[in-house]
Amino acid sequence: MTVESTAARKPRRSSGTKRAAGAASARKTAAATAQPHDAEPQLVQLLTPEGERVDVNDNPDVAEFAPYVEDITTEDLRGLYRDMVLTRRFDGEATALQRQGELGLWASLLGQEAAQIGSGRALRDDDYVFPTYREHGVAWCRGVDPTNLLGMFRGVNHGGWDPNTNNFHLYTIVIGSQTLHATGYAMGVAKDGADSAVIAYFGDGASSQGDVAEAFTFSAVYNSPVVFFCQNNQWAISEPTERQMRVPLYQRAQGFGFPGVRVDGNDVLACLAVTRWALERARRGEGPTLVEAFTYRMGAHTTSDDPTKYRRDEETAAWEAKDPILRLKAHLLASGGADEAFFEALEAESEALGKRVREVVRAMPDPDTMAIFENVYADGHALVDEERAQFAAYLASFESAEEGH
Amino acid sequence: MAAVKMSIAKALNESLRKALETDPKVLIMGEDVGKLGGVFRITDGLQKDFGEERVIDTPLAESGIVGTAIGLALRGYRPVVEIQFDGFVFPAYDQIVTQLAKMHARALGKIKLPVVVRIPYAGGIGAVEHHSESPEALFAHVPGLKVVSPSNASDAYWMLQQAILSDDPVIFFEPKRRYWDKGDVDVEAIPGELHKARVARPGTDLTLAAYGPMVKVCLEAAAAAAEEGKSVEVVDLRSMSPVDFDGLQASVERTRRLVVVHEAPVFLGVGAEIAARITERCFYHLEAPVLRVGGFHAPYPPARLEDEYLPGLDRVLDAVDRSLAY
Ligand SMILES: Cc1ncc(C[n+]2csc(CCOP(=O)(O)OP(=O)(O)O)c2C)c(N)n1
Repeated sequence: MTVESTAARKPRRSSGTKRAAGAASARKTAAATAQPHDAEPQLVQLLTPEGERVDVNDNPDVAEFAPYVEDITTEDLRGLYRDMVLTRRFDGEATALQRQGELGLWASLLGQEAAQIGSGRALRDDDYVFPTYREHGVAWCRGVDPTNLLGMFRGVNHGGWDPNTNNFHLYTIVIGSQTLHATGYAMGVAKDGADSAVIAYFGDGASSQGDVAEAFTFSAVYNSPVVFFCQNNQWAISEPTERQMRVPLYQRAQGFGFPGVRVDGNDVLACLAVTRWALERARRGEGPTLVEAFTYRMGAHTTSDDPTKYRRDEETAAWEAKDPILRLKAHLLASGGADEAFFEALEAESEALGKRVREVVRAMPDPDTMAIFENVYADGHALVDEERAQFAAYLASFESAEEGH
Repeated sequence: MAAVKMSIAKALNESLRKALETDPKVLIMGEDVGKLGGVFRITDGLQKDFGEERVIDTPLAESGIVGTAIGLALRGYRPVVEIQFDGFVFPAYDQIVTQLAKMHARALGKIKLPVVVRIPYAGGIGAVEHHSESPEALFAHVPGLKVVSPSNASDAYWMLQQAILSDDPVIFFEPKRRYWDKGDVDVEAIPGELHKARVARPGTDLTLAAYGPMVKVCLEAAAAAAEEGKSVEVVDLRSMSPVDFDGLQASVERTRRLVVVHEAPVFLGVGAEIAARITERCFYHLEAPVLRVGGFHAPYPPARLEDEYLPGLDRVLDAVDRSLAY
């Protein structure tokens, strides 16, 4: 498959270009006047906020994606629901642990469960994930023990898991960097002739970074099997998407020569379908895709952030009505897909998870001081050896001083 | 005398406010600097009072922030940009090193680049990785840049004014763990020169040289040493490029011993340059080799180890003892 053939692909949607010309002449550097995207963005949606399945016959665009979840059974739906509930519980527990001083910081995924579980469950074991610092739900789908995610937020390590065990790379804090790593990994996959795919997660703010533009360029030029999964949660700390872009994010892909899709990020089924579709394209050798999951960060950016300084309560309330978990619950209840016993059992499981997380975190030991010098190099290094020995002798001098007393 | 007690954070905020009031060409730019007032609130209230044309929330792109600041400076503005944390300056490192630092020389001195890059830096706040680094040597090594770091509220206020007034690019490192430390600021004083070292505590037996967050540790060490009958002088270097070698030399000629302290890794750090120069200048005065105390040749560790990693009172006093033992 050549790059031209993917470039020729019709963009999923086109809109929002009408107003650009006038805005450009406004001669304002700081204050953007025009709104960058549609007031009511068109989304790929399979489950409405009320929990009703969308009639795909009404909507040819959605119809293209619906087949990708045709195999999803009621049991699968319950599984997706369970994933979202447990992920939210884990996240809530971590937030509470931060408040209790057990963690130095926490980046909550509250509100983004559907985007993460839908895309995470679309992956195959041999696919490779490059997350940022908020992908706790994706980690869950990869089988990473959630307590492993807490080490770096507690301050006992900078990672906490072996990326190759679950094909889930370490969290990346420097914004956008990992999109290039994902692209390079995907280039390697293609060179190997494997049919695995790679997925890179990033935020709407990250889309402003040069690294992300370069990842788009490389992946297009080398037709790499990578899915760029942007969770547009509307905010980059205090900056709304208007501070990052003037056209809807998913449309950017077109300029690089690959398709972009905007999906309802609070609809787990649609996220699953669209991600599967994009991964299939990658596996078939059709190159990269940009998926924009249109969602919302319900909590603070991190536990250090105070969103009341920059965002209105009404906005948050409007998004509450689109809650990804309540929507699937409504569907399961209305369709008879789950009964009270299911929800009760899940509540008990949730409690148990919360308890385990609390216990593990509180028991997490501080690292040994000499760990400072561990793994600085794979081959060893004379300067590190020298400093390690000096520091060990220095620390030992306190012990002998104490013994002397 | 108009001295007011304020935190370093407040002093920086007042300093920016003064600069915005004084010169309509001064602009503040960075991520979250507007409505939020910056993640450390250093720019708190400035957008409200000076508007979005003067205090500009930028896209999340550091290369973009510094690159466009260069363009604005070429157009006659004086941008003061904020990099959110030390570890995030590297996407902008290319613009700073290959462009900002060299343009004045390339243009035969015909253009000026009055850009200030403010960077909250160094450790001690229990943060996750990339939020605690001390990259000052990487900038001090680059010809064309000036690199400074205040250690107290008065310097925070005055040095930032002076950095903004400078026609050269200035990398302004703010010791983030000291943001809440309070001190007297005399907003009507006549400040000392931006690149002059300051004797923060006089002494006769040994000189401790430091800048930014380590000045406080050195003052505490000097106080502890005094209890043991040792008279330790503390020199606050204030500027890492240029370094006030004359001022430091004068101190070392008095005390005959020098220990340089910084958080950054010792290997090829600012202390290495100081040790070499002072050895050259003061060879016949020195009673001991110049010693250095600083970070290890290892990545900044996770928060639970930073107290051990960061030079504290004991490590500084240990070096003082080693120097005095010669
Ligand atoms: C290169 C870089 N600059 C700045 C930061 C500080 N920072 C951390 S998260 C963040 C906002 C990210 O927003 P977005 O990409 O939309 O992702 P979200 O956190 O909303 O999921 C910023 C500015 C950083 N981590 N890396």
